[in-house]
Order: sequence, then structure tokens, then C-alpha cells
Amino acid sequence: MIDLSNVSKTFNLHNQGGAVIEVLSNVSLSVAAGECVALTGASGAGKSTLMRMIYGNYLTHSGEIRIGGVDLVQAEPRDVITLRREVLGYVSQFLRVVPRVPTLEVVAEPLRALGASVETAEARARALLSQLNISEPLWHLSPTTFSGGEQQRVNIARRFAHAYPAMLLDEPTASLDAANRDVVLTLIEEAKARGAAIIGIFHDEAARRRVCDREIDVSRFATGMAA
Amino acid sequence: MTPLLSVQGITKRYGAHIGCADVSFDLYPGEVMGIVGESGSGKSTLLNCMAGHLTPDAGEVVFDTRAEGPRDTVRMSEPERRMLSRTDWAFVHQHARDGLRMGVSAGGNVGERLMAVGARRYGDIRDKASDWLERVEIDAARIDDRPTTFSGGMQQRLQIARNLVTGPRLVFMDEPTGGLDVSVQARLLDLLRGLVRDMGLSAIIVTHDLAVVRLLADRLMVMKSGHVVEAGLTDQVLDDPQHAYSQLLVSSVLQV
Amino acid sequence: MTDYNFAYLDEQTKRMIRRAILKGLAIPGYQVPFASREMPMPYGWGTGGVQVSAAVLTPEDRFKVIDQGADDTTNAVSIRTFFERTAGVKTTTKTTDASVIQTRHRIPEEPLTEGQILVYQVPIPEPLRFLEPRESETRKMHSLEEYGLMHVKLYEDISRHGHIATSYAYPVKVEGHYVMDPSPIPKFDNPKLGDMAAIQLFGAGREQRIYALPPYTEVVSLDFDDHPFEASKADHPCGLCGAEDSYLDEVIVDDAGGRMFVCSDTDYCEARQAAGHRGKDAA
Repeated sequence: MIDLSNVSKTFNLHNQGGAVIEVLSNVSLSVAAGECVALTGASGAGKSTLMRMIYGNYLTHSGEIRIGGVDLVQAEPRDVITLRREVLGYVSQFLRVVPRVPTLEVVAEPLRALGASVETAEARARALLSQLNISEPLWHLSPTTFSGGEQQRVNIARRFAHAYPAMLLDEPTASLDAANRDVVLTLIEEAKARGAAIIGIFHDEAARRRVCDREIDVSRFATGMAA
Repeated sequence: MTPLLSVQGITKRYGAHIGCADVSFDLYPGEVMGIVGESGSGKSTLLNCMAGHLTPDAGEVVFDTRAEGPRDTVRMSEPERRMLSRTDWAFVHQHARDGLRMGVSAGGNVGERLMAVGARRYGDIRDKASDWLERVEIDAARIDDRPTTFSGGMQQRLQIARNLVTGPRLVFMDEPTGGLDVSVQARLLDLLRGLVRDMGLSAIIVTHDLAVVRLLADRLMVMKSGHVVEAGLTDQVLDDPQHAYSQLLVSSVLQV
Repeated sequence: MTDYNFAYLDEQTKRMIRRAILKGLAIPGYQVPFASREMPMPYGWGTGGVQVSAAVLTPEDRFKVIDQGADDTTNAVSIRTFFERTAGVKTTTKTTDASVIQTRHRIPEEPLTEGQILVYQVPIPEPLRFLEPRESETRKMHSLEEYGLMHVKLYEDISRHGHIATSYAYPVKVEGHYVMDPSPIPKFDNPKLGDMAAIQLFGAGREQRIYALPPYTEVVSLDFDDHPFEASKADHPCGLCGAEDSYLDEVIVDDAGGRMFVCSDTDYCEARQAAGHRGKDAA
């Protein structure tokens, strides 16, 4: 489902003395449907960079990143947008939303973008928000004022609303209490069970052991000049 | 798939000074493209060339018309182009007073485009106007009030209603949130995003506000001194800018 | 005889104005710019109408002037006298006898005939003016027939008053193209503009515009399907001649608020009275 071959990444910082920083080189990896793979390695090894390259918000200069048959490296912006809408879900560490939009709408949005009716999308959003223990009075408020843990759960609910065939999870259980951590891990298990291919970064070792089928140490792709 | 708008080699000079130079891109149905750059970078010149307010010195602006398929709007006759800008195109000005008739009621402002394309039933025009006021979150009871009695945010929303009432397919926006309070900006952004999604609109948004394009635009073009220096997916250009100028632009934004 | 050239204006000026008139007749409803001259009367007193009359008058003509329908108001009397002195033409108050009629704000009740010329005094020729102040833009709107704005004006009327409250200078569309301001005639007169046997010429002196309707031109008053145009008048018969079909002026007759309605067209009223018609207030 997710196939990377010979992917490399350098940053060229024009305004900082033209520094050229080579972060990753020759990354090749493959994740099958129903599989969850953890990216490991010390902080700064390039885990998040790789994740962002797979999502397409970091530009990849060489190699191939194929997701469901589409090569992200060559794809036109509109193909990437379609891919993100239909195929590839990304739970980032931070929630980024239009201020003042109520939580319920934030969570329902990915389904609305796929053409679901307001009713269908909001029904799904309600189910997820309850499952993630966001109390109902908060649903009609903007999540911008929520605590870190609440924001993270809204972020997760939003990305699990649609059954993406491929998912990227960046620290999905960080800053969550035990009960909510368990809910999130259950969601990940359910996604695997329905055949999603998942790549995740988990600092939480127990979580990693519970949901991940194997680990890839990103340090082995690092070039020693990692940012 | 045919692009809704295909811009090819648009160049506009002001004497020896370059307004914009050799700009080309395709915009597909449902896409929102942001154009960013500092003041004087040529982004407004480009927008005005595309919208037919300025005649470019060179280049084509090919629009996929409903009746006849792709047509170069630069070489179209003026009546045809003006008809297009009343029906399939919309233009949202930075200052609402440039896009509204301040001496005409809110209902009359919204109804004008309908009447311009031949609506002749007062009752229907009024119903549609109230419906659109509600859609842009203006109390329909204010239908007979003049925009001079509206706040800046309301005026901007009224301008949007006036533009969208005829169901355009392409909306040009020139700094649509400029000059508004931050809280009002957020409301407007949310409204625009919803309208773009629900009506399947394509839009080109010129702004210097990177937060606006991050929330509204699928794609981004960065302009400097009349040239496009970088283009791509919005979050890719903002998170991993390649060109020196884009890097400077992104790193110059104050973090809140 | 007089020291002035015939009809006051010099021949070159008259030729220039006639060219503008001919162009106006060729493009019904189109506003033709012309080099309006200083006239020996203030702007707003009919300088446009006077120049047009001067350009079309011939020594054989019989000239009539009405001001709001009346032959005997100051404005009508002075313009009539002006042409008696400068052109030596015969004048009349009878609509049927006149070959050239200059009017301010009315069309005579008596249907005009072929060979007659009706000259209107126009204060503001541009019907789009109050909605779009830019002349460059209104000209473009006329040439491209972009008249949505005209209906915005009527829309505003209905939204404010519940009906189209514009009662004079009511905009019309000429031969399916130009929207025209018929000068401040009451909308009661609008139906007479269309299909008229006489030539209608419109002169705006201060604004330097001439426009025209040749005989038998199609003229349609703008409206909405659900708010159709209505030619309205006061719902009374004339107090003097009893006419039920003429446009009426309301006249206060005493200090107790007593009032009567009389024909605004004095010639029409007098002709009816001479034929024996009597209204309820007739002495």
C-alpha cells in the first residue's frame, strides 16, 4: 500500500549561509495493507521528516513514494489533494483549524469533503467524540481553546472519521491519559483490522508493542548531518 | 479533465517596470489557489489581468465556458467578457465599498446580478436575496438597510453574497480578509471555506497573509518582482519552501 | 425686424445642433453630445430645449410652449416671447395649430400628428446617473445594454414603498436597446411616448446632450413581472371641464384647505370648456 524506494531528502537553507543539510538518503520501505509499522530512532534521526515526505508536505527530490499506486514525488498538486482526501490520512501532533469552527464540524469535515451529507458526517463525528471522551458541551465550541490532550483527541477523531486505506500517525498517544490512550490504540487496531496500512511514530513503547507489527530504525538512513 | 482556467505566459509591463512576467498555470474545477508575495510583487496585477480588469501585454487566459468550451478571455469581445464577469466569474475586492453600491440596500446589492442577467420577478429576486443574506450570516431583517449601516465584516460578507448569487464557477479574491479584525477574519474564512466546498467553487486568492492561504488554498504560488518563484501544494510550499525568497517569507511570519 | 440672426443662434451652431438631432433620430434613445451654447437665460430654464427649438424652427412654423402643461406660466411666456422676438415666428397656445411645441415636464393630451415636433427640456439626460456616477461607465453600460442597474432602482422603490413609487422621469427602453430618461414628465404620459406620430426631440443644455425618438418608435416603460408599470393620475375628474382621462393638477383654492383638481394641459381644458363640457367646480 505504501512503498518507498531510494528516497532522499536535503534541506537547502538559502538564508542561513546557504547551508545544505542532507537528512535522509536511500530510504526504501514498504507497508502492506493491514500492517502497522513504527518508525524509530533517536530524536532528530528524521522520523517526522520522513513522515512529512510521505504525506507530501515536504518535497522529495529523488526516489519514489507510491501510495495506492500514485507516485507522490511526481504527482500534480491536485492528485495529491485527491489522494489526501480519499486515501491518505495524517494525524499530526498539532491540531490546525479555522478559529471559531465548532468541534463537531471540525471532526465531520473530512467526510463532508468526500461528499457525505451533514447528517451522516455529524453522526460519525458524534460517535467518535464520545468514544474519545470529549464531553458533549464541548462539541459546539471551537477546539482552539481546548487543552493539549483534548486537542489531540479532536485531531484523532477527525482523522479516524473516514476509513483511509493508508494512515500516518505522529505520536498519536502523546499527552493522553491511560483511558484515552487505550481508546486510540483500539481505533488503530480497528483500522488495521479493516486493512489500513499504517506508519506511526510512538515514543510510548508499550503502545508500540501493542499495535505495531515491526519497527524501522530511521537512523540507518540518516547521513550523519541530520537536522 | 479540462482545466477551468488555463493561464499561459501572462505578462504585463508598466513602461519599463514589470508588473508580472510570463506567468502560467492551470486551475482545475474545485481548486483554490493562493497567490502570495509582498506588496509590489505583481500579485494584484496578475489577478487583474486574469479577471479582465487589465489587458495583459502578452499571454492567454483560457476559461472553460459553459456554452463554447475553452475560450481566451483576453481576446474575447468586451461584451462577452463583461457577461462572463456577471455570471460565471465573481470578484471580491479587498475594500467592500469597491465591490458594493453603498447607496443601494443590501437586497438591491445582492439582487443586482440577478437583474443584470434578466430576473424580472421582484418576489423571486427578494427571496433569493434574503436566502443569500442568511447564507452569509446577515440577518434577513436587514435586507432593506444600506451597507453604510453595516460593520466592515458584514460589508465583506454582503459583497460575497452579491458575487455568489448567480452561482459563479470561478471567484477572484483580492485580499478578502485584509483590513478586518482578526476575529472577523476567522469568521469570514470559515464562511468562504464552506461556500467553496458546498458550491464546488474554484477560487484564486491574492493575499499577503500566509495563514489565510494555509486555511483556504489547496495550492500556492509565491511571487517576487513580477515572477513566480515557487509553486506547489500549499502546505508543501509553507512547510518546506525551496526558493530563497519563499524561505524568507515563511520564516518572517510572527509565531503566536 | 431684429438685430439677431433668425432664431437667435448663428447658422453654424444651428447646423451643429441639427447634425446632433439627425444622429439622435438615427439612433433612437442614444444620447448625442453637442456643444451647448450659452443662452440668455439660466441653466435649468430650458436652455437645451431652446437650442433644439432654434435649430428646427423655420419662418413658416407656428410655435407653442408649455410648462407643466400650461401656456401661461412665466417660463412658457418668456420662451414664447423670446422666439417671437428673435425668429419672428407666429405663436399659438393651441396644440392642434402648432407645428413645433416646446415642453417642460408634460406631453399634451391632444394626440400629436405627423409633421409636428415636440421638443422636451431635459435637466438630467442620464437615467443611470444616480446609481452609477461615472460617465465613462454609464456610456459603456448603454453600449453593451447592461441595464440591470435600472431595475435595481425600481427594486429599491418597491422595497421601500411597497410599489414602484417613481412617478415622473420614469425610465423607458427604446426599440429594445437604449434605456432613456423621458425627462421629468409624469409617468401618466409614458404610454404616449411610444408609437407617437410626431417627432420627439430632447435637449439637455447644461449636460450638453440631445436625444430623440423618430415617429412611431417602440417605447416600453421598465417594470417587474409582478409589479407591472401603471400610468397613474389623481382619481378625479377635472373640476373645470369634467375630463376623466387627463392628467390633473391639485390646486389649493382657499385658506381652509379647499382644493380642486384641474387639467394640467390648459389648452385641452379650455378647448373642452369651449365645446360645452363643464366640471363640478366650473364657475
